[in-house]
Amino acid sequence: MTNVARPRHQAGRWRQRAATAVFLLPTSFWYFLLLVVPLGILLVFSVGERAPQGGYAPGFTLANFAHLPTRSVAFTNTLFLAAGGTVLCLLVGYPLAYYLATRAGSKKTFLLVLVIVPFWTSFLIRTYAWLTILGSTGVPALLENLGFGKVVLLNTPLAVMIGIVYNYLPLMVFPLYVSLERLDKRLLEASKDLGAARWRTFRQVTLPLTLPGVLSGVVLVFIPIMGEYLIPALLGGGRVFFVGNALVDAFLQSRNWPFGSAMAIGLIFIVLIAVALYLRVGSRGQVRRDISLV
Amino acid sequence: MDQQEFQKHYLAFQKGKISRRRFMEATGLATAAAVIAACAPASSSSSAPTTAPATAAPATAAPASDAPATEAAATMDPYADWTPPQGVDLGKELYLTTWPNYHDPQTIQTFTDLTGVKVNLTIFGSNEEMLAKLQAGGTGWDVLVPTNYTFETYGELKLLEPLDLAKLPRFDASRYEARFLEPAHYPAGSPDLLGVSKNWGTTGYVINTKNVTKPMTSWKDYFDLTQGEYSGKTTIHDYQLTGIGNALKYFGYSFNSIDTAELAKAEEILIATKSHFFAITSDYQPPLRNGDAWIAMAWTGDAAQLNRDLPEIQYVIGSEGGELWSDFFSVVAGAPHREAAYAFLDYMSTPKVAAKDAEFHGYPIVDEVATGLLPASFTGNPIIYPDDALLSPLEFGAAVTLTDPNRAELWARFKSA
Repeated sequence: MTNVARPRHQAGRWRQRAATAVFLLPTSFWYFLLLVVPLGILLVFSVGERAPQGGYAPGFTLANFAHLPTRSVAFTNTLFLAAGGTVLCLLVGYPLAYYLATRAGSKKTFLLVLVIVPFWTSFLIRTYAWLTILGSTGVPALLENLGFGKVVLLNTPLAVMIGIVYNYLPLMVFPLYVSLERLDKRLLEASKDLGAARWRTFRQVTLPLTLPGVLSGVVLVFIPIMGEYLIPALLGGGRVFFVGNALVDAFLQSRNWPFGSAMAIGLIFIVLIAVALYLRVGSRGQVRRDISLV
Repeated sequence: MDQQEFQKHYLAFQKGKISRRRFMEATGLATAAAVIAACAPASSSSSAPTTAPATAAPATAAPASDAPATEAAATMDPYADWTPPQGVDLGKELYLTTWPNYHDPQTIQTFTDLTGVKVNLTIFGSNEEMLAKLQAGGTGWDVLVPTNYTFETYGELKLLEPLDLAKLPRFDASRYEARFLEPAHYPAGSPDLLGVSKNWGTTGYVINTKNVTKPMTSWKDYFDLTQGEYSGKTTIHDYQLTGIGNALKYFGYSFNSIDTAELAKAEEILIATKSHFFAITSDYQPPLRNGDAWIAMAWTGDAAQLNRDLPEIQYVIGSEGGELWSDFFSVVAGAPHREAAYAFLDYMSTPKVAAKDAEFHGYPIVDEVATGLLPASFTGNPIIYPDDALLSPLEFGAAVTLTDPNRAELWARFKSA
């Protein structure tokens, strides 16, 4: 009996592997063609030279990387606004997700839909609407009528920050919501039974248990903001410059592909470092959670 | 309905309800290109254009070989309506890459009605960007609207087709002032043309005289008052050619300078002024209309359109000089709809068509027959046709500014500073 079963078992495993390979093939192909190959091109281009009329000419030089500090303002702008935007999204998003997951009751579905509704409109149009809101006939006019004096909002870092928080908030809310929703409410009761006050329960039970949600929200929001182009272009009026904007200029205005490639690699590098940092923080959180649960 | 929608969009752009260049730039860069389609009324069947051919015009009856067609051009009545070329399959589509607010939607609709060719517009913000896309290849564009200073580069890179004038019977070089047509000859001085004239214009700045009470006449005023009294109320083009060029004029240097010492001075004034700008944008109509900005570096047509709606907005051509430019219609090398492209160029070279189109876009046209068809309110408008005294110090953008790496780098540095 076992003699009969074994080959069948082996055949099953072989088939399983074949199926895995077949199912992974499109993904592998996709990643190879659209991630590995472009990255390779980027690397090759980044050490090349700008052709006399723009574009790329083969070569080997590290000058493009040496030239990166000339865009340091764009890099620091991006980093600070991305980090700040992520923190603000978290500060606004967490209470919202908490309310949705624990207090909203029968309105929950309706409210969740409301969070998604902005996604039904184009990102561009939503951002464009802020031009009117933040322009001098919008909020500044209101503030002036209320006696706050002349306020300029449009084309300032604050306007870009508002645009970022507005656009990326849902990406933060959903992972938070999921982790808060899945939170075992009995643990909160246990904490209460053991005499912990609300704040302490939040700090020692809720927050550590939802940390994975916080981390995935942070990563989901931070990485795309780092590559943001549109919000600073529209709400920053060309005065609040991100690496994304510098990249567009390098490719479409200067037509300096090698320098643009070097800049892109610099950006990838910074994002990788940032993500590595998050992951370390994340794994530390994991350990603490295990301890606190035991 | 499509036609109406198209017009609605254009009007909205024009009135500044929807912001234009920046919008187009943003969409163009974020999603490859914003394509507005002037829809054909479901182009009937296959090849032959269904509109009634003009049997009256004898000149059009010689389409077969090249030589008679050129002769036909000489005898063609410049005041006649345009008719599609006979015996030529124009196809069903045409891709036109152009600037915002640059065509009367009615002009394009009429072309579609006459030929069954649907015209798809792709809107761009700068010649540099157009060149970048063409260099990358695979654009699928048929007709381009390049500016004078690009032809040398386009010619060298063989990105445009030397025009087969036999296919353009309505185009007659003798009707055009030479200096506006000259840049399209490639190689320079040869009879080969890479484009036919669309219109010309100047680059100056607009001021809202309700708020700007100090007299402003020069580029020196533009930068000095932006740094001083009108800080935070000025916009500058997001365009190296004019941004750097007019900063060079502040010091009295050539608009086209690529001298590193002169460029360094220009960079100095640009960076010193940067924090005082309201925005760095080529889409300045909306902030001017809603009062966010009072001063803006501007092109003729935008100035004419703003002044038409808000008479307090005046146009200033810097007394030191600045840019005089000329735009063209060109056929992209390897255009997928080559016959339709030629038909469109020929159509736009018809004086009646060009004149009607100009009334919409507000830029001065070169064709003297077409200019003769324009109303006095247009030809007498000093924004559109400035005094010779103001025009004479202006310079055409030079080819070298398009490809000079230092200018490109300077502009990028200024923006990311």
